[in-house]
Amino acid sequence: MSSIGARLPRIEDPRLLRGRGRFGDDISAPGQLWARIVRSPCAHGHLNDLDTTQAAKVPGIAAVVTAADLPAGLVIPVRLAVPGPDLSRYLQPVLARTTVRYVGEPLAVVVGEDPYACEDAAELVEIDISERAVVLDARTPDSPTAAELIRGYGDVDAAFAAARHVVRIELAIGRHSGVPLEPRCVLAVPDADTGSLDIFGLTKVPVFNRDLLARMLGLDEMLIHVHGVDAGGGFGVRGEFYPEDFLIPWLARRLGRPVKWAEDRAEHLVAVNHSRQQYHRIAAAFDGDGRILGLDDDVTHDNGAYCRTHGVAVPELTVAMLPGPYRVPAYRGRIRVVLTNKTPCGTYRAPGRFEGTAAREHLLDVAADQLALDRIELRRRNLLTRDEIPHRRPIATLGTDLILDTGDYPALLAAAAREADRLGYRALGPAPGVLHGFGLAMFVEKSGLGPQETADVTVSRSGAVHVYSGGTSVGQGIETVLAQIAADALGVEPGAVRVTTGDTAAQPFGAGSWASRSTVVGGSAVHLAATAVRQRAVQLAARILEAAEQDLEVCDGAVVVRGDPDSRTARVSLAEIAAAAAPAGGYLRPGEPAGLSARRRFEVSHMTYPYGAHVAVVAVDPGTGQVRVVRYLVAYEVGRAVNPTLVEGQLRGGVAQGLGGALFEEFSYDDAGQPQAITFIEYRMPTAAEVPPVDLLVCQDAPSPGNPLGVMGAGEGGVNAVGAAVANAVRDALGLAGGVGQLPLTPARVRELWEARDGG
Amino acid sequence: MKDLHQISLRVNGRHHELVVEARRTLADVLRHDLGYTGTHLGCEHGICGACTVILDGQPARACLVFGVQADGASVLTVEGLADGDQLSDLQQAFSDHHALQCGFCTPGFLMLIEAYLAEAGPEAPTAEQARELVASNLCRCTGYQGIVEAVLATARARRAAR
Repeated sequence: MSSIGARLPRIEDPRLLRGRGRFGDDISAPGQLWARIVRSPCAHGHLNDLDTTQAAKVPGIAAVVTAADLPAGLVIPVRLAVPGPDLSRYLQPVLARTTVRYVGEPLAVVVGEDPYACEDAAELVEIDISERAVVLDARTPDSPTAAELIRGYGDVDAAFAAARHVVRIELAIGRHSGVPLEPRCVLAVPDADTGSLDIFGLTKVPVFNRDLLARMLGLDEMLIHVHGVDAGGGFGVRGEFYPEDFLIPWLARRLGRPVKWAEDRAEHLVAVNHSRQQYHRIAAAFDGDGRILGLDDDVTHDNGAYCRTHGVAVPELTVAMLPGPYRVPAYRGRIRVVLTNKTPCGTYRAPGRFEGTAAREHLLDVAADQLALDRIELRRRNLLTRDEIPHRRPIATLGTDLILDTGDYPALLAAAAREADRLGYRALGPAPGVLHGFGLAMFVEKSGLGPQETADVTVSRSGAVHVYSGGTSVGQGIETVLAQIAADALGVEPGAVRVTTGDTAAQPFGAGSWASRSTVVGGSAVHLAATAVRQRAVQLAARILEAAEQDLEVCDGAVVVRGDPDSRTARVSLAEIAAAAAPAGGYLRPGEPAGLSARRRFEVSHMTYPYGAHVAVVAVDPGTGQVRVVRYLVAYEVGRAVNPTLVEGQLRGGVAQGLGGALFEEFSYDDAGQPQAITFIEYRMPTAAEVPPVDLLVCQDAPSPGNPLGVMGAGEGGVNAVGAAVANAVRDALGLAGGVGQLPLTPARVRELWEARDGG
Repeated sequence: MKDLHQISLRVNGRHHELVVEARRTLADVLRHDLGYTGTHLGCEHGICGACTVILDGQPARACLVFGVQADGASVLTVEGLADGDQLSDLQQAFSDHHALQCGFCTPGFLMLIEAYLAEAGPEAPTAEQARELVASNLCRCTGYQGIVEAVLATARARRAAR
């Protein structure tokens, strides 16, 4: 019996339900100091002076540091480098030295005994800035361009010249981001005697962050131990290396005391990576039958004030993934990465795809109307068919070739349309005061980014199976999933498996949890390591039982002789084998390493591409401009669901976040570059009142050929096409000829669209 | 000069006495002075509800209450819900209905719902009422569906057990 595919309760749940999770700010160290960051109140200017005299006089303040106290020239480097552009001039300094470029940029740090007093002192730091003109609209012609990328193939100009129909729209995607419910936190605990440093709070890519921190501090990386902690949501933003991730460990070493920084929500909203803000001018060329001849997207990407750890990965993903599931003979995606005086940007769940899917799918709906074709039929004609998969696109992304590796896109579209009809999505009658709209969008996701993940599996003398994964727990349920994979490979109950993640001492070669990679790449590494342990257990059992290996099998946590009913002579438990494999256990041969354990590395050079369809039904009140999402369906091909309940949870949660970006959430700025969304009153994340029950059709019809489990990622398929489906549904409700122009579709925007349609 | 006050409060049935600054929030008192770190701070301005505790029988945002205001009060936090190793029915329903992912907002939801169910009495909420209740707090992971289902399932089970 396989534990893969079972709806097992999550290992993580009991501790979290009892309030016994270990989130960053739940951990404190004796003698700990607290840090408060002083941030720029101006969007752009020359930093003349920071006077820390008064702040330093506040009782209990241990230090106030500015850029002048730091080693010169410290910047946060790019983690995800895209070949080509040199971004070194656009990287963010740890503390601003002479120029400030956005409101919220770190200027100084106050450290003291009491966090309340630190806040008092931070307000006493006198900031002298000569303000400069701000750039807030990336479309301004003279706005600074950090990079320009082009991805594509074929003769696009010829395709457009030969087209029967050319359809164009413009679509702006609003600035929003992951905004996990737990703000960030870093605790650094120095040991003066050994020179070592214990760090709590660096999630997502702890080994990368450890190595980077070591380099910046001039410290051997093995002297830094990043501990695994619970994380209150990741979504791309948490766990990237930010200025605070250097400052707090540096201060702890300098002061010789533990230092903790716990971000508050106001600073989170201006400090953590923003995302998504793009302006698409997209066009498609069609023949007389509605078949796509060419696709051309010209994108302006607002990256905020600096290039952070993601470099230009989000803009690259945008144009690389834009053709989606369609047969596109000629394609050109051009994207200009512009710097503005706003919070710098990075990835947010389905980076580049939420944006690109919205632009492409909205264009297709406008095109279907112009070509007088059914919207689903237009898609069906252009989807790559099963016979065309695997489909190699002459595009690289994140350093990998883009090969759509598995699936039957038309079958999934048909299934989604059938399911929507079965559930009555198109049978909603007229309702007083509202207009109903139906919107559908297709998309391709990506998952399982390599190049490697490492896992160690060890059986202890109690018979427990310990998994040490390079993945990290960010709320997705990775402990449960990896336990199921290990149990399956090893032939034990999942309850016998304990999973450790995010700890650099336990797994020094981990590549982290991001890009929907953990189940695919991390899970495959666990599968390989657990399979190796199983083989080793059989080998040792053969010696103990004096039997031939081929006569043995693993069953319920023991190795047994096939067909032998005598449990004394024919059965040895994993616990007994682990004892036999101990240094003095009596069964090791010369030169063999002790222990019943294995380390394995799963390497993969290509990503695997799940896909799906979203269907939204909205009710729009043209009087108020309010959009209510009344029904929502996600159909998604996941290859193989290790735990279907968790896949469903990922999809539902993704939809909720997508609705935020489609309808409510926006980091807006006034003309001086002052952020206007600085509390949860202005930054409107959806509540249960805005998120409808989500219908799901999870398919396991197209196992991935790229990994031993056949799995594909589930983390981003729920959010990918929400902007697209909602934009299409609202357009349908309002009966627009063109597109909706921008997301989020706030009431004011919807009113504008309605009035413009009326000829207002 | 700090403005210090001696206060006493009962947390999960246990008596505590301590000296706090007037401006110190109940959330910080619980988390950092008394070690009840299950009460989480998500926004510190009363919107997200992650810090919800039951204060003298009423759900309250612990970030909007000062410790001195809770002097003499009885507080129930998430650590007080389970009976030893046995999860409460509501906690179990959360797990059964996949009503949590990262678990950061979960303590606030549990305390909010627990207070609601205690006050609502035998009348189980309708699906609309459950959704309205759940709309009091923010969750960034689940999309709320599991939380709504856990409310309804717990309410049904409690009514059936009467």
